Amino acid sequence: MSELSNVQLQLLKEVADLHEVPEGAYNLRSNGKSVSRNTTANINILTKTEGSGIDIHIKDGTVNESVHIPVVLSESGLQETVYNDFYIGDNCDVLIVAGCGIDNCGTQDSEHDGIHRFYIGKNSKIRYVEKHYGSGDGSGKRILNPVTEVYMSEGSTMEMEMVQIKGVDSTHRTTLAELKRNAKLIVRERLMTHGQQNAVSVYKVMLNEEGSSADVVSRSVARDDSYQKLDLCILGNADCSGHTECDSIIMDNGRILAVPSLEANSVDAQLVHEAAIGKIAGEQLIKLMTLGLTEQEAEEQIINGFLK
Amino acid sequence: MLELKNISFGADSNGSYKEIIRDISLTIPDNRFVVITGPNGGGKSTLAKLIAGIEQPTGGHMLLDGEDITNKSITEKARLGIGFAFQQPVRFKGITVLDLLRIAAGKTISVSEACDYLSEVGLCAKDYINREVNASLSGGELKRIEIASVLARNVKLAVFDEPEAGIDLWSFKNLIRIFEKMRTGNIQRSVIVISHQERILSIADEIIVLADGKVSKYGTKDEILPEIIGSDHVKGVCPKVEEGGNCDV
Ligand SMILES: Nc1ncnc2c1ncn2[C@@H]1O[C@H](COP(=O)(O)OP(=O)(O)OP(=O)(O)O)[C@@H](O)[C@H]1O
Ligand SMILES: [Mg+2]
Repeated sequence: MSELSNVQLQLLKEVADLHEVPEGAYNLRSNGKSVSRNTTANINILTKTEGSGIDIHIKDGTVNESVHIPVVLSESGLQETVYNDFYIGDNCDVLIVAGCGIDNCGTQDSEHDGIHRFYIGKNSKIRYVEKHYGSGDGSGKRILNPVTEVYMSEGSTMEMEMVQIKGVDSTHRTTLAELKRNAKLIVRERLMTHGQQNAVSVYKVMLNEEGSSADVVSRSVARDDSYQKLDLCILGNADCSGHTECDSIIMDNGRILAVPSLEANSVDAQLVHEAAIGKIAGEQLIKLMTLGLTEQEAEEQIINGFLK
Repeated sequence: MLELKNISFGADSNGSYKEIIRDISLTIPDNRFVVITGPNGGGKSTLAKLIAGIEQPTGGHMLLDGEDITNKSITEKARLGIGFAFQQPVRFKGITVLDLLRIAAGKTISVSEACDYLSEVGLCAKDYINREVNASLSGGELKRIEIASVLARNVKLAVFDEPEAGIDLWSFKNLIRIFEKMRTGNIQRSVIVISHQERILSIADEIIVLADGKVSKYGTKDEILPEIIGSDHVKGVCPKVEEGGNCDV
């Protein structure tokens, strides 16, 4: 990755914990182009012939492998929509790391809209990590509008970790999932907004068949004058179980709208939602201050723990 | 040495002003083990909060080793060496026991050092070190972790608010050992324990009885203990233990 600038390397570190070329399959996209790629015997990556993006094919029975597909944008004013489709075979156990880092030092808005679609084969286990990060002090906005669609076959499991902690001015993320028999979806979202940032996160999870289950948990912190809307919806269309939880800390002049919703279309659907919004508990600050921290340090510790 | 001079504290309660601590003067020299007892609502926790800076006195002065600390903040008092274990420990989402002990120590202590503090309070360290200090911990576990968080600090004055509450009898023996060790350590240190327990009162150097916001009795253990044993607010040891029953105390 020697052709990458320091800014790009920093972005890569933030979104994919990458310090060097990852092991296994990867595709690195930088400023609108694929700049390096590696495939393995079991994982193939192909550039789409129509439109922008890649197709990732993972063979049946691929286990203990990983795919990294980080995207970095460091030119101001770049706007792109990219389609990445994952075709995952049966009986796989694979880690997929996606993420987008935008550095915008210019005056024009930079925007990356990644559309990720996952077609997960029977009994496959996928862990998906997606991190979004923005940096740069230009007046141009850093905008990310990801769409994630997950189609889960019988007995498959998807664990998603979605993290956006810093620097993204505007985001509208949409996650849709459809689950078949005994499929299981686990989502852990972590969101923090600062300044004038605006973040909307919408989930729509359809539990379509017997034994399917979903656990969608969002933890967020809204600071300064930022705004968040968390819209977590689970539909139970069969004998299934679903749980959603939004747990938010509000600070300064932040605003949060939490709209967890459930729709049961089967008498056997068991659905639960929880939502809580509040400022940091005074007694938590006091306890850490009695251990010698200042109020600001205590606040940071509490938020770091909460978003860990 | 901690000196309280004419400390008072009042607060609004249901629209009218209530005097909770009334003109208390006390001196607690170094290497002293002082137990404060007294009826519920007598003002014990409030006095402890005043010492820790969680409440600010409405009158009087407070000195630590001669330095005026009356209006110092919680953080400043903590940094001057005052430690406080809450009567009702606080829970945190996401902060682990190890995180909390590291914050308390004020430095990156090793996992094995952190485990030592947990062992002292009778918790099997490997089961707890990575647990979150959240609602999944039982009351007694939380209480012991609270005590460990004060042990991890190098304090001059440690205040424990009803440390025995919710703790089973085996740990109770441990608890007494902890206090004795704190007092005999090589730094000049005083320990104040708020307690209703006869066993804790019986190892005190001095006992203070606080009732209705005032010191109603103050003296050495030998003077005070016989006067208050059997009173409503002092709890004896469970009879089973006295008979050498199941409780291993
Ligand atoms: N901030 C406050 N505002 C109003 N009233 C208060 C406040 N803090 C304490 N009180 C009242 O002051 C009295 C003393 O309370 P405190 O908690 O100090 O008692 P305590 O001696 O620790 O009792 P216990 O043995 O039950 O722990 C109580 O009547 C309590 O309700
Ligand atoms: Mg009390």
